[in-house]
Amino acid sequence: MAHGPQPGLSRWLYTTNHKDIGTMYLWFSFAMFLLGGCMALVIRAELFEPGLQIVQPEFFNQMTTMHGLIMVFGAVMPAFVGLANWMIPMMIGAPDMALPRMNNWSFWILPFAFAMLVSTLFMDGGAPNFGWTFYAPLSTEYAPPSVTFFIFAIHIMGASSIMGAINIIATILNMRAPGMTLMKMPLFVWTWLITAYLLIAVMPVLAGVVTMMLMDIHFGTSFFSAAGGGDPVLFQHVFWFFGHPEVYIMILPAFGIVSAIIPTFARKPLFGYSSMVYATASIAFLSFIVWAHHMFTVGMPIAGELFFMYATMLIAVPTGVKVFNWVTTMFRGSMTFETPMLFAVAFVILFTIGGFSGLMLSIAPADFQYHDTYFVVAHFHYVLVPGAIFSITAAVYYWLPKWTGNMYNETMGKVHFWLSFIGLNVTFFPMHFVGLAGMPRRIPDYALQFADFNQIASVGAFLFGASQLVFLFNVIRTIQGGKKATDEVWENPEGLEWTVASPAPYHTFSTPPAVR
Amino acid sequence: MLRGFNRLFALVATALPAGSIVAEEKAPERWGVNMPRGVTEVAQTTYDLHMLIFWICVAIGVLVFSVMFYSMWRHRKSKGYKAAQFHESTAVELVWTIIPTVILILMAIPATKTLYDIYDTEEAELDIMITGYQWKWKYDYLGADVSFFSNLSTPRAQIDNQLPKGESYLLEVDEPVVLPVGKKVRFLITANDVIHAWWVPDLAVKKDAIPGFINEAWTRIDEPGIYRGQCAELCGKDHGFMPIVVKAVPQAEYDQWLEQRAAEAAKMRELTEKTFTFDELIARGKEVYDRNCVACHQANGQGVPPTFPAIAGSAIATGPLAEHLSIVVDGSEKNPAMQAFGPQLSEADIAAVITYQRNAFGNDMGDTVQPIDILNFKNNQQ
Repeated sequence: MAHGPQPGLSRWLYTTNHKDIGTMYLWFSFAMFLLGGCMALVIRAELFEPGLQIVQPEFFNQMTTMHGLIMVFGAVMPAFVGLANWMIPMMIGAPDMALPRMNNWSFWILPFAFAMLVSTLFMDGGAPNFGWTFYAPLSTEYAPPSVTFFIFAIHIMGASSIMGAINIIATILNMRAPGMTLMKMPLFVWTWLITAYLLIAVMPVLAGVVTMMLMDIHFGTSFFSAAGGGDPVLFQHVFWFFGHPEVYIMILPAFGIVSAIIPTFARKPLFGYSSMVYATASIAFLSFIVWAHHMFTVGMPIAGELFFMYATMLIAVPTGVKVFNWVTTMFRGSMTFETPMLFAVAFVILFTIGGFSGLMLSIAPADFQYHDTYFVVAHFHYVLVPGAIFSITAAVYYWLPKWTGNMYNETMGKVHFWLSFIGLNVTFFPMHFVGLAGMPRRIPDYALQFADFNQIASVGAFLFGASQLVFLFNVIRTIQGGKKATDEVWENPEGLEWTVASPAPYHTFSTPPAVR
Repeated sequence: MLRGFNRLFALVATALPAGSIVAEEKAPERWGVNMPRGVTEVAQTTYDLHMLIFWICVAIGVLVFSVMFYSMWRHRKSKGYKAAQFHESTAVELVWTIIPTVILILMAIPATKTLYDIYDTEEAELDIMITGYQWKWKYDYLGADVSFFSNLSTPRAQIDNQLPKGESYLLEVDEPVVLPVGKKVRFLITANDVIHAWWVPDLAVKKDAIPGFINEAWTRIDEPGIYRGQCAELCGKDHGFMPIVVKAVPQAEYDQWLEQRAAEAAKMRELTEKTFTFDELIARGKEVYDRNCVACHQANGQGVPPTFPAIAGSAIATGPLAEHLSIVVDGSEKNPAMQAFGPQLSEADIAAVITYQRNAFGNDMGDTVQPIDILNFKNNQQ
């Protein structure tokens, strides 16, 4: 009896099964992805032409803020946690996560956090309107009353992330099958281990900064109020000490996914496994000492500017190593281009372009011109959309046959890929141009010379958004049925997850597998 | 194809009537894809640096992507290519660690030089204090009796699509900041409420304006002209509507402008003594309202509650005069969005706008406030 899922709703409410929890994380994140995407479409619709047409500036600011928060905390992070839940136990030969009850709890508080965040849209004074970076004092003295709900929503999300991270670390360090040494772990497990440490290090810092805001707003302190002897720049230092590792939290697991997919479809082992591990660790270390490159224009002393500029430039080295390793893995392989591979290859190309604009942004004097323009918007969407989103999509196509036991529809997968690829580039590439030409970010209306490229970007955004419905349709069809997948699914893929049946049984590796 | 478009639009642009404001200004380029070269030495150095890094990235990109595309073309299973099995080489890893490091060092050298140049604010010949307000800029010429606010001058009807948009839509102000060419000007940048950022791309100056801090930046403009920029840091509702216009003029013209501003300031002070008629106050008050109040309280006086309350039928605008004077002159203690206008507007303007608010939007109070009442109110506070 104890071997199958419970019937009905209680299966999902009370489950401690890593696969069920992984599934819930993934569906939750997809729902948030669509919600955050709709907000992005409101933004792009308003920016379709100069003048105010659809929304007023107050609501526009709420949309940019909520879009950012929902995509970062609601779409990307839970998706990676969902993939970790599904795959890490199966990849290391463990029966489940180390802390299954906490696993249930860390998922189930998320819907409440986001219900609270989204409910602010209907409150008097509207939702948070100060940008996802919520700089004080705009987010304290000048914030709408709903800011308090925002603070508590962030607290809950942070608690969820920290619990998830603890669980992942405990699982990886304690539950590997005999013979699975650290340097034999799949890269997805490695990158998640490092990501989990980043989460534990910085989520409390985020909790700290929102608590300081709460104190300033309700309890008469002046951490960030200059009039009370506080320091608005302190907010930015604390926020970005969280914020920069956070951007790596959203990309390191993607590196792991791509490092699994490319070797499978190149039919060739990953090039430079150990250098990949060291590069990931170096990026994680560097992420703690570069935060102020987001603040080059706040008026730091020149020594500070130089330190953060040099440290930031250094990140290009381990990131470059990774890209070179992926390309070398492809080189002289025997490649096929199924949907997961298409997304993975697009990841390498477009993430590299995002890396180039990142390198440009690291040059402090040039950053004075780029900072807070659409060039920055283009940069971080190039690393997050083809980076995080494409890798998550690739992972879903790659492991979906293992999860459901059915092959997805390859043609529909390719259509999804090409529409997304075109939509994404049409949306975000022109943003480089308007940014360089002088368009600031977070404005609801703009000067006439920016009109043409904005119009193009808006068209691309709707194309990209619509193409995600193809994805949804394809996934649902695959769950319902389709061509049966073999246990291996692909041609000789590496990893323990391919040694279990498709679909993966409710409980896997109740006795540990032998690892060569 | 893009170039074709460019030419087409160039033709259209020349066919349009020339901008009425200034002849010396270059019309902004449509389909512009790059940053302006700028009109200062620093701007041009920054531009060159930007292009250098850009071309290095392009070169690396071409190299990496050609290997990748070659391999995707040749090394396919469908072409019968058998996979090699190599997967490690310490030598190769070392090479592609060391070469990028060397390239980065080569990039860092010019970047460091430029940064030192930008940070050298010594020996300025003119100091201007720039203060960011929600949602306008204030300029104080230190050592001269010149101080003014610079507001967006694009009519609301253009933003709401009721009138065709002008050439400098959203990039035009009522009072540009005037600078002499060829002089090293130092900006002392701060803010009154939230964080703003003062940015003019042609000068390559972008610096955050932070309450409680005074940041420094400098420029030396080589060519006379009009240079436009915008607030670059999200500062609330009208962040997109607080542009910056710099007018660079020859020294003689600048001196003349200074004198004229000083004379206007003196005239403004005389107005404090004058007694206005009701109609004069209403007419002046509407102008002041449209420039200073309309962003929050809206053209119909309905505001955007709860942050920006209505004036129509409000307890203050239809209540005792003293409270109305107090909130306009000193701002609101409860709601920081309501600024203290006492230090921002002349006595005549405050008197006019209060009179207007008490008699417009259906508030038929019928009373008037004279500039001298404002002066007395201010003096009684001290």
